[in-house]
Amino acid sequence: MIEVRGLWYSYGEIVALRNVSLKIELGEVVAIMGENGAGKTTLIKHFNGLLKPQRGYVKVFGVDTREVTVAELSRRVGLIFQNPDHQLFAETVWDEIAFALKNFGFPKDVIERRVEWALKLLDLYSLKDESPFALSGGERKRVAIASVLSYDPDIIIFDEPTVGQDYAQKERLAQLIKLLQSQGKTVVVVTHDIEFVAENFPRVVVLSRGEVIADGATRKILTDNEILEKARLLPPQVTQIAWELSDFGVPRDLLWLPEIRDAILKIVGGRL
Amino acid sequence: MPIIEMRNVAYRYPGSNRIAIRDINLKIEAGEYVVITGPSGCGKTTLCRCFNGLIPHFYGGDLEGEIYVVGLSVKDTPTSTLAQHVGMVFQDPESQLFLLTVEREIAFGPENLGLPREEIAARVEEALELIGIQHLRDRSPHELSGGEQQKVAIAACIAMKPKILVLDEPTANLDPRSAWDILHVLSDLRRKLDVTIVLVEHRLDMVVNHADRFIVMNEGRIILDGLPCEVLLNPMVANIGVGVPKVIRLYDELRKYNVNLNFVPLSSADFKRAVLEVLSR
Amino acid sequence: MKVLEGFEFRRGNTFIHKLDPRVKLLYSVYIFALAMIYSHSLTLAVLFISTLPLFYVAKSLGKLAKSLKGSIILIAFIFIVNYLTLGFERALAMSIRFLLIISCFSIFFLTTYPEDFAEALVKLKIPYEFALTFTMAVRFVPSLSREAQIIVDAQRSRGLELEKGNFIKKLRNYIPILIPLIVGAIRRSIKVAEAMESRAFGASPKRTSLRELKLKLRDYLFLILITSFFIFALYLRYCIGIESYVFSIFELT
Repeated sequence: MIEVRGLWYSYGEIVALRNVSLKIELGEVVAIMGENGAGKTTLIKHFNGLLKPQRGYVKVFGVDTREVTVAELSRRVGLIFQNPDHQLFAETVWDEIAFALKNFGFPKDVIERRVEWALKLLDLYSLKDESPFALSGGERKRVAIASVLSYDPDIIIFDEPTVGQDYAQKERLAQLIKLLQSQGKTVVVVTHDIEFVAENFPRVVVLSRGEVIADGATRKILTDNEILEKARLLPPQVTQIAWELSDFGVPRDLLWLPEIRDAILKIVGGRL
Repeated sequence: MPIIEMRNVAYRYPGSNRIAIRDINLKIEAGEYVVITGPSGCGKTTLCRCFNGLIPHFYGGDLEGEIYVVGLSVKDTPTSTLAQHVGMVFQDPESQLFLLTVEREIAFGPENLGLPREEIAARVEEALELIGIQHLRDRSPHELSGGEQQKVAIAACIAMKPKILVLDEPTANLDPRSAWDILHVLSDLRRKLDVTIVLVEHRLDMVVNHADRFIVMNEGRIILDGLPCEVLLNPMVANIGVGVPKVIRLYDELRKYNVNLNFVPLSSADFKRAVLEVLSR
Repeated sequence: MKVLEGFEFRRGNTFIHKLDPRVKLLYSVYIFALAMIYSHSLTLAVLFISTLPLFYVAKSLGKLAKSLKGSIILIAFIFIVNYLTLGFERALAMSIRFLLIISCFSIFFLTTYPEDFAEALVKLKIPYEFALTFTMAVRFVPSLSREAQIIVDAQRSRGLELEKGNFIKKLRNYIPILIPLIVGAIRRSIKVAEAMESRAFGASPKRTSLRELKLKLRDYLFLILITSFFIFALYLRYCIGIESYVFSIFELT
């Protein structure tokens, strides 16, 4: 589905990606983590052709990204940018969501249907005639998401979707991702929010200084102190507690609240 | 006398039908470290803007009730005066740094006060040292990372020697490491300067161990106000969609299973201690 | 755009960089005036060459070359138009005059910290607010350009094809780029205003400054040097009539 092999990319003198290789299959839900400057955003810009490899290749649905335009790739790979204010421009929310559909040449009746669908999915129906600029931050974010989901790409990439979001908004985002997955979409999320990844992603790719230093099961990677240190990431809260209690026999690879609770209950159990 | 006092305050932005904050009654004493939290749109930012007079002087609108900061009535005192007592750091690191070097940025406040040159220079040195950013003195703000920019913003406020430092989601746009860094800077400052801190924050796990007091807002009102562990254990907090730190949720879960820790742990190290205590009972 | 490179400030530690901006500005004015007063291509060329040592000292010859290269089309245009109407020598003269104008202001902008420029403006009795506006504009140009790139990326990711279509369509395609950029700029300016207010902007009518521009020995020396040069050049032109002399030589050949 997405195949990256030996990818190198530099901005002038600065090497952003070094020899990156990875594969993302149909229907997967993957998180890409790494500290600022690790190359996460540079990497995902290769997935819809905004950037072309300087060495190595990137193939999406078997097609080398250098052979197609950004518009052609974007039709199947939706990229939702971090800041919705970098794309909102239309007179109404409806127009904003219809924009991509119009660019891709969808017929009018299809556009109508798709926009309605997206509005309802993101709970924006009542705001469809409002100006996007009059909406709250959270609402603008949902409009940005709706405007990409409306044209139904097969792969959906979110760039730092949790920044500035409160807990409830993150929960809704997690549910949306699950929904997309159930529809057979492939979802890639770039984030530095380790709690969000620990709770919602079975697979994580960790970048550090342009290199892939880990790629696999979230549980194994986010509880591995060496990898976390190298990537300058802080461990999830539950994992931190588990490490503090490892002397008592608590396993070190815990990620979720029920797990740590049960582990503690076991230790303390005899004392009740 | 409280350093910040709000009595029956309500506010509506100009041209808006919605009341942004209402029934606000609040007293903050000098030296406290208060965290204000709540779901998006609950009025946290609006509340902050009342502390240095941006509301009502910059934003206009309808303000009701009484607000006193260091004994001055906010309604009757211009922001340029209040700003000498209340420093404010905003969420967007980039937009609050508008000059060409860090040094000039920090000097801006004291320059506005018409202080003599030696005084300004001394304050700039002090601020750079307090925050530990002397190496950034000649750098240009747009070259700095988000974390560095926020440090400069804090330094720029400190140069005014305020008694209160208000920070509106200063870590929202930062990665976790930079966020921790900023919060350490704050704790450090509090120790060194004895300044009152009012911090608006979502990532409660990072501040639960530092703050004296938590205030939770929802739909424009203050719904909870008290010690961090007490407030965060209140089921209302989770219900309105605020992220309760896992250490506290775990404490609560264990309680449901009849495992009562002696105290509410506020960090993972705390948790180890609490479990040890239970085991040795 | 390459023309602008000749005007981009570059950090440096040379004698020229350390000069007070007011003195450098005066130099630019002198050269500009001389460029207008002199009109023969030979004398203008000599004048132009006289500016080069300053670029050398400021280690900015490369930048000057770049910007002159960038304006080659404009120079060629000036040359051709003048050649067709007034002949070879005039064309040469006008082209060199144009080069002179670029270089004389270039040296100023290449070696002056933007905020020192702002301060020079204040010293020249221009209100602080205006100088501040200039400083902020320079400050936010890199941010704006970064944002513009992000916006272009975001809209291209929604299928916007900027290169396609006829002229009208191409213009329309820029609306989704311009609007977020402008709205963003407006939003930012409100945040900047808030930040300025929050640091007591306007607290005192008498605003002081951390750094003050003071003329030093090197500034006075440079001032004497360039003023003598200017007076000497005027003397040559008006008292000795060097240009008419030069013109007549060329007339004879």
